[in-house]
Amino acid sequence: MRKEDYLDLYRQMVTIRRMEEIASELYQKGEIGGFLHLYIGQEAVSTGILAARQPHDRVITAYRDHGVALNAGIPLKHIMAELLGKSTGVSGGKGGSMHLADTSLNYWGGHAIVGAHLPIAAGLALADLLEKRDSVTICMFGEGATNIGFFHEAVNLAKTWNLPVLWVCENNRYGMGTSPERASAVSPIIRKACGYGMPAFDVDGMDVLAVKDMVAERLREIREGSGPQFLEVFTYRFRGHSMGDPERYRTPEEVKKYVEHGPIERYQRYLVESQTGTPEELQKIEKKVDKELEEAVKFAHESPEPADEALFEHIYVDEVDEIEGADGGATWQ
Amino acid sequence: MAVITMREAISQALWEEMERDPKVFILGEEVGVWGGTYAVTKGFLDHFGPERVRDTPISEAAIVGAGVGAALAGMRPVAELMTINFAFVAMDHIVNQAAKLHYMFNGQMKVPLVIRAPGGGGRQLAATHSQTPDAIFAHFPGLKVVAPGTPADAKGLLKAAIRSDDPVLFIENATIYQQRGEVPDGDYTVPIGKSKVQRAGKHVTLVTYSKMVQPSLQAAELLAKENIEVEVVDLRSLRPLDMHPVIESFKKTNRAVIVEEGWESFGVGAEVAARIYQDAFDYVDAPIRRVAQKEVPLPYNRRLEQLALPQMDDIVRAVREVMK
Repeated sequence: MRKEDYLDLYRQMVTIRRMEEIASELYQKGEIGGFLHLYIGQEAVSTGILAARQPHDRVITAYRDHGVALNAGIPLKHIMAELLGKSTGVSGGKGGSMHLADTSLNYWGGHAIVGAHLPIAAGLALADLLEKRDSVTICMFGEGATNIGFFHEAVNLAKTWNLPVLWVCENNRYGMGTSPERASAVSPIIRKACGYGMPAFDVDGMDVLAVKDMVAERLREIREGSGPQFLEVFTYRFRGHSMGDPERYRTPEEVKKYVEHGPIERYQRYLVESQTGTPEELQKIEKKVDKELEEAVKFAHESPEPADEALFEHIYVDEVDEIEGADGGATWQ
Repeated sequence: MAVITMREAISQALWEEMERDPKVFILGEEVGVWGGTYAVTKGFLDHFGPERVRDTPISEAAIVGAGVGAALAGMRPVAELMTINFAFVAMDHIVNQAAKLHYMFNGQMKVPLVIRAPGGGGRQLAATHSQTPDAIFAHFPGLKVVAPGTPADAKGLLKAAIRSDDPVLFIENATIYQQRGEVPDGDYTVPIGKSKVQRAGKHVTLVTYSKMVQPSLQAAELLAKENIEVEVVDLRSLRPLDMHPVIESFKKTNRAVIVEEGWESFGVGAEVAARIYQDAFDYVDAPIRRVAQKEVPLPYNRRLEQLALPQMDDIVRAVREVMK
């Protein structure tokens, strides 16, 4: 990697952190509705994964999706506009925080039903297999999702059909407030992957370079025909599951322990100690990020609401004569 | 016009579409080596090969979910559920994924997926394997639901479903695979969301679809001898629901009976009746009646099961009622 590549990883992680802090403020002001799941603490995971993928590799994730969206290349302003439900949002204001996607960037969303996107990921990979494309589908999910049937059906199918999928389990220690020790028959989760005969690996998710190198290696092997592989990434979310989490399931001391060794702080030290970047250079990056964020928020604030007509757009692709109930039920004139 | 069975009509539609478009492929339980639980895909594996005729594990969420994913990536999968009763274990991927993704991501994603699912009672399979839950699926905007009652419509609608860019639930009825009918020669489609008058009449409008089309036509035949002319409207699609021929007919007859195999409560009949009352209230001469399944889980015992299912006699009785 060149120096600017190292620094760009730093920029991406800092952008996610600051973006999430601002999102949190906007939520508290009531400008963001619905659920809001912050990625603070897990920045190295998506940043490392996306840095290792090729443009034709697909990425799909769960509802804690802001970081992936940014790493996938969605402009900050279109993410921010979606959080505010504006027409300029990446999903036109119809998806919200949990449903960011840009298929032109091979980023397939943002999915909010726990585990439901795993069979979909298998299908994306199946299409690539049938069309003999050289793509790998990277499917990210939390450790909590490995307890739902979808996980087992999807990994079983992927292995049976030798689909090019990298299953990435982001183990952030809690599915809402429940740790794997209280919810999973086996732990670490990697043991489940072994049950399905997949090559399985784990990596420290607080180390962006380790994640990147690990994922690059996995993608290389899958591309060479290894079939699906499984990667468990150990990470930690610094904030609550979503906004308004009472956090009775963990102690402030536990959180503090992880925060002190946070992914950004750690990478910052690495860059300075290895003389890849000076503190001044890093500060310059942070200032630039702050400015970009300020502009993105301004863009989102100034963007128009979706038009009323948008309500009835994109229900179907095909022309449909009448949408039932569209005018309250009276569809026949 | 050739006369073929419902099974042959569905099989031909699949075969011809797979020949026409290399992006069409089939996945489901026992679709390949076995040849299809109802022999619809017999011979497909030998002709099209295991890449395009994919036997799956017993894994309905994965069958529909992988279908959704492959469709997103540009394929045209036909996912087969062995029975519609197994759709409940794939419910999230049908109503929450297939039906939502296009809208929720503002048109970025398309799901050109067909889910084939046979349903219906009358085969002594007891309560869990005998349902006609069509109305449930018709509840969800974003999903198209079709349920043909003749071989010609089955072939044309399945072709239209495969060519549609939207997710389509194609509901078959397992007891009418042997039913025969004329089908047009050559390549043709039947538009999704268009009802059809199957028999003209001027006294009563009989609205029905799928398996109940034939007993409805038989009832009409019988009633004609009593000088009651019944107009039979076949909905063919439940969503989008085309009420035009129904309302046209009702304005002429001023009386209606709605016949469905599923349960009456919150069913297709309830929806159709509500729309008639709403859009043609001034034309109502008698309360609209519904003929449907008794509100019980279907029992195994043959006599009890038939007692619960709507029969031709029930239709005849209901028509006489609205004619009083």
